[in-house]
Amino acid sequence: MPRGNKTTSVLKLLEGPQTLGKGPGFWSGCAVVLALACAYPLFADGYDVGNNVYFFNWVFMALGLSLIWGYGGALSFGQTAFFGVAGYAYGVFTINLGDAYGLTLVSLVAAVGLSALFAGVLGYFLFFGRISGVFLGIVTLSVTLVLERFMSQTAGPEWAIGSARLNGFNGMGGMPSLTIPWFGADIALYPDVGLYYLTLALLVVVYLALRMLVNSRFGNVLVAIRENPQRAEMLGYDIRRYQLVAFVIGSALAGLSGVLYTAWGNYITPSSMGMSAAALPVVWVAVGGRSDLTTTLFGTLLVLAGFQYLTIYGSQYALVVMGFLLVVTILLAPSGIFISLGSFFSRGLRRRQARESI
Amino acid sequence: MSGWPRSIWAKSMRKEVLLETMGLWAGYGGKPVLQGVDLSVRAGEIVAVIGRNGVGKSTLMRSLIGLLPPQQGSVLFEGAEINNLSAHKRARLGIGYVPQGRDVFPRMSIYENLLVGQSIDGSGKADVKERVDRIYGYFPILKERRDQRAGTLSGGQQQQLAIGRVLMGDPALILLDEPSEGIQPNIVQDIARIMVELNRDTGITVVFVEQNLDMIRQMAQRCYVMDKGSVTAEIGKDALEDRDTVRRYLAV
Repeated sequence: MPRGNKTTSVLKLLEGPQTLGKGPGFWSGCAVVLALACAYPLFADGYDVGNNVYFFNWVFMALGLSLIWGYGGALSFGQTAFFGVAGYAYGVFTINLGDAYGLTLVSLVAAVGLSALFAGVLGYFLFFGRISGVFLGIVTLSVTLVLERFMSQTAGPEWAIGSARLNGFNGMGGMPSLTIPWFGADIALYPDVGLYYLTLALLVVVYLALRMLVNSRFGNVLVAIRENPQRAEMLGYDIRRYQLVAFVIGSALAGLSGVLYTAWGNYITPSSMGMSAAALPVVWVAVGGRSDLTTTLFGTLLVLAGFQYLTIYGSQYALVVMGFLLVVTILLAPSGIFISLGSFFSRGLRRRQARESI
Repeated sequence: MSGWPRSIWAKSMRKEVLLETMGLWAGYGGKPVLQGVDLSVRAGEIVAVIGRNGVGKSTLMRSLIGLLPPQQGSVLFEGAEINNLSAHKRARLGIGYVPQGRDVFPRMSIYENLLVGQSIDGSGKADVKERVDRIYGYFPILKERRDQRAGTLSGGQQQQLAIGRVLMGDPALILLDEPSEGIQPNIVQDIARIMVELNRDTGITVVFVEQNLDMIRQMAQRCYVMDKGSVTAEIGKDALEDRDTVRRYLAV
């Protein structure tokens, strides 16, 4: 097949039955949103822009969970385990290696790779051991809680890897920010406009790549497995392998969130793998609409913004509200707020909602 | 074109034994449902498995596709023992299974359902399109409704989709478990006719469990009669012509 054809057939996967939104209308809407996101730093203070990178940091984990749970039907309640592993790994690598020669970027890749490897091993035992349904949630939650407990007791000086102290429940700090090697002087990406654009670019790439993945043959099979695992198996698929691949990709994205968060705040604590941290991604993804990447993306940003607002003004009630939000969503809008609200206005979305309420 | 290589190969092997069970015992714990089933199906045949309710016909199908491990005896496909192969590996060898109750993916469109069936070889786009068109040729209703959600189809249409989906994998053998169940008579007739056509065109081998006398007579070239977990009789083509013989075996 000529090269040009291949490129167009890959690009065609950007739209398809497994993703909402197609045609010039949708993509021009996307372009407008992207343009607004790009223009935002021009109208805001660098300090605020840097702070708001925080919101983007979490979206990768949410998109990964959408792939594993929304598309693959396997509810992992412990994505924060991979977030934490990658975050700590980034800290350990960079504190030992330093930030020269682009080594922070190498550390980023290595930390994400480590979380993917961890997901591969854990996922192998989960899926090849035929653990599914609620048990999958229980096991993954246990893993993240065990990691939290373990890291919490590493306060003593004996808990150090090279020159990196793990610091127990106080958390690990002092790792360098992401630093891009440049002629003359390296560019350190402190929470500011530079980091904002890097994270935004990563987000766009990951979002588009996942769209292509779920509309590919792989995505079609993954959805078939969600619908009826035994039937998919009878049609000749080793479903364990498909679920494992989705789990590893989704968990690597959780790892990417962990690295970006750690590099952004130069700080990570065991509580990032704790109970409430583990529950939050499930809330973001469920509220937005887990079975679509776009609704997950915007739902996550929306819920995060609401949560942030509540923690600033209502302090301790924020988590209670999150729990309430999850229950209300599951009862009233099981396919997520966007699809449920949108179905008042659009026939396509009504059909989609009907698809999901069977 | 190379649309259906396996079936064409099967056609050339018409006289060869494709599927065989020898003294097959299987069950769900406790007393085994299958107690020594012996049968042998040659490539290109259409064979019915008949018998009263509860004699183990569906259990036989489930153990042929690999949902139920044999306790004793063996299952041979193309001369090789497949006792220990998991279901997805058997499907990849060329055994297609359409279960009782169809089991289409209800929230996926007909076209998406068909695509999932294409598991055997990761062949190119052109080949997929060719196969889908071929299946639309046999089942025009699927083409008409290709973008419709499979869950909204009638029972007969779902059955056609389930058969089409299995055909996407180009199986050498197709196992049908009660294809007529809950389907209106004229659609049953259509499905039987299409299966005979498929068999004639591609040499595909069909083994089906059935209670519907008309469908058995329309499709089967030979019949195995099961009772109490084993094959107790075999009915040839000539005896099948005689309604009463078949009816007697089916009688409850």
